[in-house]
Amino acid sequence: MKKHTILAAAAGVLAVTATAACSSSTSTPQAGGGGTTPTLTGDCAQFQPYAGHSGSTVTMFGSILSPESDSLNKSWADFQKCTGIKIQYTGSNTFESDLPVKVNGGNAPNLAIIPQPGLLQQMVSTGTVKKPPAQTVKNEDNWSKVWKNYGSADGTFYAAPMSANMKSLVWYSPKYFASKGYKVPTTHAELMTLSNKMASDMTGTAKPWCGGIGSGTASGWPATDWLEETVLGTYGGQVYDDWISHKVKFSDPQIQAAMKAVQGWMLNPAWVNGGVGNVQTIATTTFQNAGLPILKNQCGMLQQASFYEAQWPKGTKVGPDGDVFAFYLPAANPSITTPVEGGGEFVTAFADDPATQAVQNYLSSPQWAESRIKVAPGWVSANEKVDQSLYTDPIDKISAKYLADPNATFRFDASDSMPAAVGSGTFWKGMVDWFGSGKSAAAVAQEIDASWPN
Amino acid sequence: MTSVIPPVPDTVPSDGKLRGREATSAVRRAFSSPIASAVIIVISVLWTIPTLGLFINSFRSKEDAATTGWWEFFVHPSFSLSGYEQVLTGSGGLALPLVNSLAITIPATIIPIFIASMAAYSLAWLRFRGSDAIFFLIFALQIIPLQMALVPLQQYYVRGLQIGGVTVLPSPGVNGTLAQIWLTHTMFSLPLAIFLLHNFIAQIPVSLIEAARVDGANALRIFRSIVLPLSMPAIASFGIFQFLWVWNDLLVAKTFGSTDPAQQPVTARMQSLTGSYGAHLELLAPAGFITIVVPLIVFLALQRYFASGLLAGSVKG
Repeated sequence: MKKHTILAAAAGVLAVTATAACSSSTSTPQAGGGGTTPTLTGDCAQFQPYAGHSGSTVTMFGSILSPESDSLNKSWADFQKCTGIKIQYTGSNTFESDLPVKVNGGNAPNLAIIPQPGLLQQMVSTGTVKKPPAQTVKNEDNWSKVWKNYGSADGTFYAAPMSANMKSLVWYSPKYFASKGYKVPTTHAELMTLSNKMASDMTGTAKPWCGGIGSGTASGWPATDWLEETVLGTYGGQVYDDWISHKVKFSDPQIQAAMKAVQGWMLNPAWVNGGVGNVQTIATTTFQNAGLPILKNQCGMLQQASFYEAQWPKGTKVGPDGDVFAFYLPAANPSITTPVEGGGEFVTAFADDPATQAVQNYLSSPQWAESRIKVAPGWVSANEKVDQSLYTDPIDKISAKYLADPNATFRFDASDSMPAAVGSGTFWKGMVDWFGSGKSAAAVAQEIDASWPN
Repeated sequence: MTSVIPPVPDTVPSDGKLRGREATSAVRRAFSSPIASAVIIVISVLWTIPTLGLFINSFRSKEDAATTGWWEFFVHPSFSLSGYEQVLTGSGGLALPLVNSLAITIPATIIPIFIASMAAYSLAWLRFRGSDAIFFLIFALQIIPLQMALVPLQQYYVRGLQIGGVTVLPSPGVNGTLAQIWLTHTMFSLPLAIFLLHNFIAQIPVSLIEAARVDGANALRIFRSIVLPLSMPAIASFGIFQFLWVWNDLLVAKTFGSTDPAQQPVTARMQSLTGSYGAHLELLAPAGFITIVVPLIVFLALQRYFASGLLAGSVKG
């Protein structure tokens, strides 16, 4: 009899689930507010241009996760309250592979925050990306021309930039530098001299540089930054752009020379891997842990982006006289004015209903950028109209200074701009082989070139 | 009702192969020799070491875990509950995602069992023209990888199945709901479920089924009163597999589930806990040990079926 009770219970549950399956219908509240546009007053008056779509929900999909996504939600809380538009943000750390599935499957989000110009191009080529509203296009004048280009495909502007991060930074310990009498280098020659001096001063496992390129399925990306910065700082923007479009191949003498330079830097047994071990350990160390030896005076410097700030343990003081800080990575070729490598996100629309466009307009405005800056540090906009004095964090300040500098030679992370098969495929893998198994630069270059899609 | 179920005969047939309980005890004897026990113990210990390391690391601070190996714990013991605290309290905690996971997993386990047991019974006992071919086709469907079907399935859910602009099969209209996740898991588990249950159900002695027929039971009655109770071991072991698979699933839930974070299962929550650029990878271990509790309970509750279910296909000839 006992078996019967189990069966009966199972049947009961089934009946319940079956009815649930039948009765649950799609319930995405997409009702747009029709009729007259309400007038917003008081604190809400600033949101008047976005009013009139109360009750709508705008879905947004991106790669930004908690706690940064919590800051995003806070930054548009007032906008939601005043306009009645609900922004439903979902983050995923496999965003790059999830988005094409959603888009090709006909289930695209209203807005996607795409961190790679390469992926943006790919999405535009599917024909599902909607052109931005007029106001967003107008707001574009707040960014430098080069940023606008990265948000465009085939000469048409599609996606407004959102945040920006600064990659041309070198992390170091001001305390350690002061105790040894080292000066922050401002030229490439000074940086090389300092590295040599450190190498002869340091003993045991301590080395002037440390690095780690382990990052799960994205392993290798930090090393692409080292090569990209060397190419940009040695040959300038034109060669860099041609490299991205494969007019200049990896096997080109210029790129090969840049790889040689990286070999003398991050693959130099006398200089790396501070506090960890030999050169090969760069491939096995996660990028999150790469800089920790700096705190133990086991490593002099780490080349890593502004967002590395989040990796320092709680209680680490970041600042010009704190436990850690960063300086601008000086370029090898002084004739190139302030080469800056960076990254960022682009707000891409897959819908053109008025509520989505209102959100798009708001996100491209300096008001939103300033609202986000006030929520929490660790976030920078390349928007030139943003009040620079709002930045409180020392790393944000130095990043913003270079990112919003109209004279800087800014270029987007090359691996993010190359076709995905290379930029997030063979380029990463090639770097892991180069560092991890001692493959030659020529062999790595040949493999990457061979994988370039036609 | 149980009176009509005699024990499965334990005779050793003329071909000399061990059957039934004989085989089970032969296996038991083989595994209980001292050498075999020693080997099994060594393998189990080796197998458990990574989990142990992860468990110890879940109680160490982020810096300790990042800079030194877990074995350092025995030399320099340090203990911190901050990881667990962050997982349980940070941005909403784990309670809601755990409930969501249960709401996904329980129906996604029961629905395939329900369908597969009936399908397996009809394919095994209600002989009809082409039943073998259908069984083989279903079995062959297992080779279709889930990842390959994501985009077409998504298109079907959104637009329905269209050929040349004509809707052949309309969309079920459950886009972004839990029902869509149940449906997807059911689709992908049915081939294996039918295969497993078919092999088990086909082994039920003919005499039992015939006796019931003589007593006037129809197909549904035989299924309910004889086939289902007898195949409980196989159903339970498949149930455990399916439960674990769905519980640990991230891809299907993220692709077909709701985009609302409040409706996502615990795996999606764990993924977002790790933060941008993996800034909080250290939270994976504590979150993992909290979420493992539910499958552990299920496994322990059903494990007596599991062992016999595993042996079922192989030795009950």
